[in-house]
Amino acid sequence: MHSKKPFYILVALLFILGITASVYRGIEHKVPFLPGKQVQSWAVDAKVQFQGTGAPAEVSFSLPSDPAFEILVENATSPGYGLSITDTNDQSDRRAIWSVRSAQGQQDLYYKVTIIPTGSTKVIASTEPSAPKPYIWPATEQAAAEQATEEVWAKSATNLSFAQQLNKALNAQERSQNIELLLSSNSPTKLFLHMLQSKGIPAQEVSGLFLEDQRRRQQLSPFVEVYDKGEWHLFDPTNGTQGRGENLLLWDRSGKSVLDVTGGVNSLVNFSMLQDTRSALATSLDVMNNQNALDFSLYQLPLEEQSLFKGILLIPIGVLMVVFLRVIVGLKTSGTFMPVLIALAFIQTTLLTGLVGFILIVACGLMIRSYLSDLNLLLISRISAVIIVVIGIIGVFTLLSYKLGLSEGLTITFFPMIILAWTIERMSILWEEEGPKEVVLQGGGSLFVATLAYLAMSATWVQHWVFNFLGIHLVILAVVLLMGQYTGYRLLELRRFKPLAGE
Amino acid sequence: MRLSFTTPSALRKKGVLCMNKRNIDYIGRCNPRKFYKRVDDKLTTKELALANDIAVPALIGVVREQHEIEDIPAMVLKEDGFVIKPSKGSGGKGILVITKVEEGRYYKPNGQEVVPSEVYRHVSNILSGLFSLGGAPDVGIVEGLIQFDPVFDGYSYEGVPDIRLIVYKGFPVMGMLRLSTAASDGKANLHQGAVGVGVDIGTGKGLHAVQFDTPVDLHPDTNKVLTDIQVPHWDFLLHTASKAYEMSEMGYLGTDMVLDKVKGPLLLELNARPGLAIQIANNRGILPYLDHVDSLGNHNMTVDERVEYAKKHFAHSAQL
Repeated sequence: MHSKKPFYILVALLFILGITASVYRGIEHKVPFLPGKQVQSWAVDAKVQFQGTGAPAEVSFSLPSDPAFEILVENATSPGYGLSITDTNDQSDRRAIWSVRSAQGQQDLYYKVTIIPTGSTKVIASTEPSAPKPYIWPATEQAAAEQATEEVWAKSATNLSFAQQLNKALNAQERSQNIELLLSSNSPTKLFLHMLQSKGIPAQEVSGLFLEDQRRRQQLSPFVEVYDKGEWHLFDPTNGTQGRGENLLLWDRSGKSVLDVTGGVNSLVNFSMLQDTRSALATSLDVMNNQNALDFSLYQLPLEEQSLFKGILLIPIGVLMVVFLRVIVGLKTSGTFMPVLIALAFIQTTLLTGLVGFILIVACGLMIRSYLSDLNLLLISRISAVIIVVIGIIGVFTLLSYKLGLSEGLTITFFPMIILAWTIERMSILWEEEGPKEVVLQGGGSLFVATLAYLAMSATWVQHWVFNFLGIHLVILAVVLLMGQYTGYRLLELRRFKPLAGE
Repeated sequence: MRLSFTTPSALRKKGVLCMNKRNIDYIGRCNPRKFYKRVDDKLTTKELALANDIAVPALIGVVREQHEIEDIPAMVLKEDGFVIKPSKGSGGKGILVITKVEEGRYYKPNGQEVVPSEVYRHVSNILSGLFSLGGAPDVGIVEGLIQFDPVFDGYSYEGVPDIRLIVYKGFPVMGMLRLSTAASDGKANLHQGAVGVGVDIGTGKGLHAVQFDTPVDLHPDTNKVLTDIQVPHWDFLLHTASKAYEMSEMGYLGTDMVLDKVKGPLLLELNARPGLAIQIANNRGILPYLDHVDSLGNHNMTVDERVEYAKKHFAHSAQL
């Protein structure tokens, strides 16, 4: 007997591969593990206004670049303006440039963006920033600044702890005289930034937008990002806090101005925003589409093929069910996988209509078949005749239910006719050889298995999984292979062999 | 009672072989695919048996084509009765037994008349593969009726009792007598309602009886005590079964034999997938016997030695 080791390795590989692929899809591509899951999305409108002077105008507006939010859709409306979105290699510096030859009077430019939270609030620096040039303090402030900086420096160990201590010192209840002096002529943000830079610590000013549902005329708030060990940490020196809440969108991380207007005056920008919920699945598809990551997904296919595959990919579930019921439970079915095909038809017809329709067709077919058996035909032409008769029965039932206004009856056409014909033939032979009792038993058994397969296949989360997580099919394959090796007792054998067990 | 379940451990302790284990560990391992034709095709079995000096029921004719169906009346003209069966049939399906032929009219064992057109349709179905495994086209075999030995009179209702022996690697390990009943319509297949009587390998004496997987003591139609049965020609039957191993080269084999009044024991058919109900009829699991044979390893015993060994070690009284 050859070793079973390669087999178990294969099964384990299939299993691990299937699970990993599914988990990867769920975590990396954000495909929701449960159907019908909703995610929050934000629609943010930025309105840029300025007064044109009649001269050529160019507006450079910073666009959001925040790893905590994924941009689903963005567009800009600006009649009469040329628009280009500059995308430098550095993702943190995306800008929209509007330009017009002549701008006169009040000008309104709009930028709209739909974003969803990604859940990753860390800002990883792709390259290590160079140390900033030390800030030159005005003569009146220099002594105070140096003293205050040294005080905090002594109490810190790293860039990060220096920034934390500094932030604390700037927002303490009782501030030192030096700091009070500095704050009288500097904003907390600027002071924080300059003190960090004077120690050679990379830091930059960024602008953030607090997202709140149904807010209008909002402004950006200043923050400072401090670099430490490959990561940018966010500080808010105006209130002494560190880190970010879920509802903060970093709009501008370029360290430059948010809005530059040449050829215009009185420029300003304000924001309005709206919270929305949308399907998590549709959202992840949009994101994947933006990233060209749909390559290994069935969503690339045309819609018609997609819906075809939605049905085909349910078959492994039905097959798994049949294997389980036969190998582990020990149920008999007439025609090995006939119940799976019947269950597929049930999905189209719904269970009750399907059951009634199936029994009606088979019963009518059996009656006509009993006449055919008197004709003494060859098997092949008898089956062919039954197929044609089945089509006739289906046609009559469909017409009848249409006339009677029973729309459920119309779905009867989804039954596979060849399978029905063979079922009728087998049942008819069974009737002749073993009697009607066996027909009811075996037919009932098949319908029972078909119903179980239908229940498994029609569960919405099953349909969601088999189509969105293709790795699950590898897991099913592994389970089917494993069950093929099962040499234990079947559930019904525990009953069958009961006389052998007890004394 | 019928709805109660036992535990897997209780069955394992008794050495009960189950369907999955039979399929994987015995049929899959011991029965080479290429030899299946020798047992699945009854015509091939018959030819092989004749070549190996094993007696089989007389062959009246073979129907291979649809147009040959109408030759059947001529074929059976001189017979008292005949049996038509599909060569590749399984589970006793498609067997038509005619016990009386009278001026071109045919009668089943229960006296019901069968008109020739019904016989034609039946054979036509056989040729189309209705009864064969996987629906493959088949041939019909017309065999002589077996004049069954009166020793089983009163034990079998309207049918030929047959003796099933499980032969593992050439050793007969378990035996059972199958008696038809009214419920089984004269057929000797247990799932159709025939009674199975476990038979002691050492002596050929009845041990326990079972119908529909439930133990019984009396024949349901004749009310005779089933465990009183003593199968005659027992040694001869063991030899024939054991020889079938060399002939078929199947490691896990079921042999079905009948006792003819005139010709003695005849090999009816071989089965590569013998059922498990024989364990219930013997009221013991078959696994200890199979393990015992496996423990012998490569033994190179002759048929006679194997039969002697089996009678000594696999008898009901013997301790394994």
